[in-house]
Amino acid sequence: MAINNNRPTSPHFQIYKLPLTGIISISHRMTGVMLSLGLLFFVCIVSALASGAEAYFDMQNIMGLWPVQVIYWGFIYALFFHLCHGVRHLIWDAGKGFEVETLTRYALVELVASLALTLVVFLCVR
Amino acid sequence: MAEFTLPKNSVLTEGKTFKAPQGATNIRRFEIYRWNPDSGENPRIDVYELDMDSCGPMVLDAILKIKNEIDTTLTFRRSCREGVCGSCAMCVNGKNTLVCTKAIDSYSGTIKIFPLPHLQVIKDLVPDMTHFYAQYASIKPWIETQTPPPADAERLQSREDREKLDGLYDCVLCACCSTSCPSYWWNSERYLGPAILLQAYRWLVDSRDESTGERLDELEDPFKLYRCHTIMNCTDTCPKDLNPAKAIAETKKLLVQRKLG
Repeated sequence: MAINNNRPTSPHFQIYKLPLTGIISISHRMTGVMLSLGLLFFVCIVSALASGAEAYFDMQNIMGLWPVQVIYWGFIYALFFHLCHGVRHLIWDAGKGFEVETLTRYALVELVASLALTLVVFLCVR
Repeated sequence: MAEFTLPKNSVLTEGKTFKAPQGATNIRRFEIYRWNPDSGENPRIDVYELDMDSCGPMVLDAILKIKNEIDTTLTFRRSCREGVCGSCAMCVNGKNTLVCTKAIDSYSGTIKIFPLPHLQVIKDLVPDMTHFYAQYASIKPWIETQTPPPADAERLQSREDREKLDGLYDCVLCACCSTSCPSYWWNSERYLGPAILLQAYRWLVDSRDESTGERLDELEDPFKLYRCHTIMNCTDTCPKDLNPAKAIAETKKLLVQRKLG
């Protein structure tokens, strides 16, 4: 029998409907990348603090811009989301929390918890 | 490496539409992935409008109706029609399942049927499972013993030890879980995937098997086992309600426990 080497790959990412845990998993990855990039900005902020009054005022002006504020709060949310899913990974690593009925419920708990933690920080700094 | 688009020869095109017969009132639309190796064309989506008043209740019944009455060229695997052979695994409306045990009424609207994700397609809904079976063989899915068998009896197992195999021996190797896993899509050359890892765990916890150490040695590998990132698609999709993710976590625990002595 002749072998057909031109076999197509069946559709995957294009057609598969990720369950909520799947979406959270890929978000965990993405927030991890965002947090790494955000740390570079954090270094800029810290070095502005250390470089004297002029750099500090410049940094304050930039931080006051609304797009920067959006990134800033996005970073804080990403931090808490990543933390919450990290805790869930620890629970999983202990061999617990795999029951199929609980998967979506715990995913929602993570989302609510990360939003709540962000809100707490927001209320603390305002 | 993660790739999010399909290669050029795999991009979908529009196919034919087979209208429902005149006078049919209870019509359901089925969109089905088609690829003919002899045509030299890209895969296409054919549309079949079925009269549900003359169709059985399961998704497999609809596929059989198409083959028997509308389009004999439609190619797919099926055998037992009761969820024990694992042949008719497909991706229906974005989730893998055995179409023989999945009721049409569990979906609303159009039903979209694709072959299991991220495999080479042989024809239509028939993917190439060669690599999957080779991975299965690689974990030595048989009992391995060092001691001689008892002179005039089988190797016996207590009820408690037998119960440890529940939820593991039930796996029919349909590959729904493995092909639902993004990690398996992108690392299947080296990552064993949920189905094979569940089978590997089935032999790890079998009280009669005497090669647990060697089996763990084989699995202690950054790719074979540790490409599992607990995405949970496997457990979400398993048509037999098994829990491959849990079996993988238990395997990781066994490795840690062994290290801690």
